[in-house]
Amino acid sequence: MMKHKYFKKLEEQFFFGLMQLATVTILFGLLFILFTILWKGIPNLSWEMISQKPQGGFYMGGGGGILNAICGSLLLGLGSTILGLLLSIPIVIWLNIYAGQYSRNAVMVRTALDMLWGIPSIVFGAFGFIIMLALGIKASLLAGIVTLTLLILPIMVRGMDEVIKTIPKELHESTLSLGATRWEMATRVILRKALPGIVTATLLGFGRAIGDAAAVMFTAGFTDNIPQKLTDPVASLPLSIFFQLGSPFEIVRGRAYAAALVLTIIILVISFLSRLITAKYQKHSR
Amino acid sequence: MQINPHLGISQLNVHIGDQQILKNININFPNKAITAIIGPSGCGKTTLLKTMNRLIENSRGVNITGKVLINGQNIYDDYEDLTSLRKKMGLLAQRPTPLPMSIYANVVFGLKLHGIKDEKILQEKAEKYLRIASLWDEVHDRMRDPASKLSIGQQQRLCLARGLAIEPEIILCDEPTSALDPISSKKIEESFNELKQEYTIILVTHILRQARRLADYVVFMYLGEIIEFGPAKEIFENPKEQLTKEYIGGLIS
Ligand SMILES: Nc1ncnc2c1ncn2[C@@H]1O[C@H](COP(=O)(O)OP(=O)(O)O)[C@@H](O)[C@H]1O
Ligand SMILES: [Mg+2]
Repeated sequence: MMKHKYFKKLEEQFFFGLMQLATVTILFGLLFILFTILWKGIPNLSWEMISQKPQGGFYMGGGGGILNAICGSLLLGLGSTILGLLLSIPIVIWLNIYAGQYSRNAVMVRTALDMLWGIPSIVFGAFGFIIMLALGIKASLLAGIVTLTLLILPIMVRGMDEVIKTIPKELHESTLSLGATRWEMATRVILRKALPGIVTATLLGFGRAIGDAAAVMFTAGFTDNIPQKLTDPVASLPLSIFFQLGSPFEIVRGRAYAAALVLTIIILVISFLSRLITAKYQKHSR
Repeated sequence: MQINPHLGISQLNVHIGDQQILKNININFPNKAITAIIGPSGCGKTTLLKTMNRLIENSRGVNITGKVLINGQNIYDDYEDLTSLRKKMGLLAQRPTPLPMSIYANVVFGLKLHGIKDEKILQEKAEKYLRIASLWDEVHDRMRDPASKLSIGQQQRLCLARGLAIEPEIILCDEPTSALDPISSKKIEESFNELKQEYTIILVTHILRQARRLADYVVFMYLGEIIEFGPAKEIFENPKEQLTKEYIGGLIS
């Protein structure tokens, strides 16, 4: 009896220790990454870096900056996130309100999305590339946006879906009882209620889209210019980082960290802004 | 019992999957009175309530036969439009369900759905029904606050006001006080006592004492069937059926 108790306590201590270890590892990893980017990035960050396109010989230590990649990444990230929102909102409404949570079609769609979620982005890139070859389309902003949208759609839909699923059935029933149609219920009550979750899912999607290199490598291409139209090729920060890190020149490798810092800041700023807007909007609703 | 019941049910059978949930339900609910539906949990009270405003159709694999008559019209074939059907009935759920918006927007939500846009009318009605639900004094100076900031008891009274605001003839309640503290429960019960002057109230409850306090008529259900229906006094003091006796006496639960 005593022995049993003793082991129970030991067991508890063991798992508690494991939990602490995990927390420390995660925090340490995060801080280490941030620290490295700041340490190596800040000295290389300059106004020229973020306000100019690359000049001749940029990748061999020449002048100019990464404005092409900053603009490109913003266009790719925002474009695919907006397209992703336009697609995922109707899908989650259909999944949760029209199909019924446990209908066979809904289960199938959820399973398919979960499988897509697990597919590495290089596969999306390769898939997009094959389609483009078949259709005779060149690497372009549009192709990049479409590929990224496919990549983040599962993240956005399933993220929103999990939040909407937790909304009590009674809220659905009360809303319908007041005379709302399913559409009115979806748009005026359910989406509103799920807004924080929708924002989180959207940010996850955005972060993935703007940070992904493999999906845009073949589909969006790379260029030193800022695209003027959807059919132009477009640069992106992850690829810019990738190319610069591969350079034999010390100064170019240093700039890669500045580019990484810019990418991190963009994600943080957008994330902060959307949360701020949501909080402000929610003050009056919720 | 009476000539023109607001709400009547005849030969209603409900199956979900291969399980029969409601068996041959026949009843005319008395107008402008509180009819309590009592019975052990799982006996089909909620399902019966949901057949009355057709929420039951949202469950999977439901098969309904028979009639639910509102003012003589069968809601399963005469009403094309669910919105106008549901306008006739308010629903008060087991747990409060504030909509994710302000207190004011909650009360006028149904009115807006039904096309009332005049801000003055909306405000008048909001005040009127918040008063009836005895919530006005507590919220009149913070109508623009989110409804989720109210206490659970206040939220439930808000839901009552919201349901009343669409001006239904019938109020359906599914164990409306089961999530509330005693004081809030009492306030809701007091509202019901006033409301029965004008509304036909169907109150599902598993609290026998609540049924004793409030009900004019009582329906006792067991395993999907109506075992006994009659004036509350008769059911509680002199039940005819053995099962009712056992349930009232606390032998089955
Ligand atoms: N959507 C559903 N699918 C399958 N069975 C259900 C469903 N809803 C209710 N039931 C079953 O119907 C019976 C009656 O349920 P309910 O009406 O909720 O009872 P009560 O409200 O009296 O507790 C229960 O046996 C329950 O398991
Ligand atoms: Mg129930």
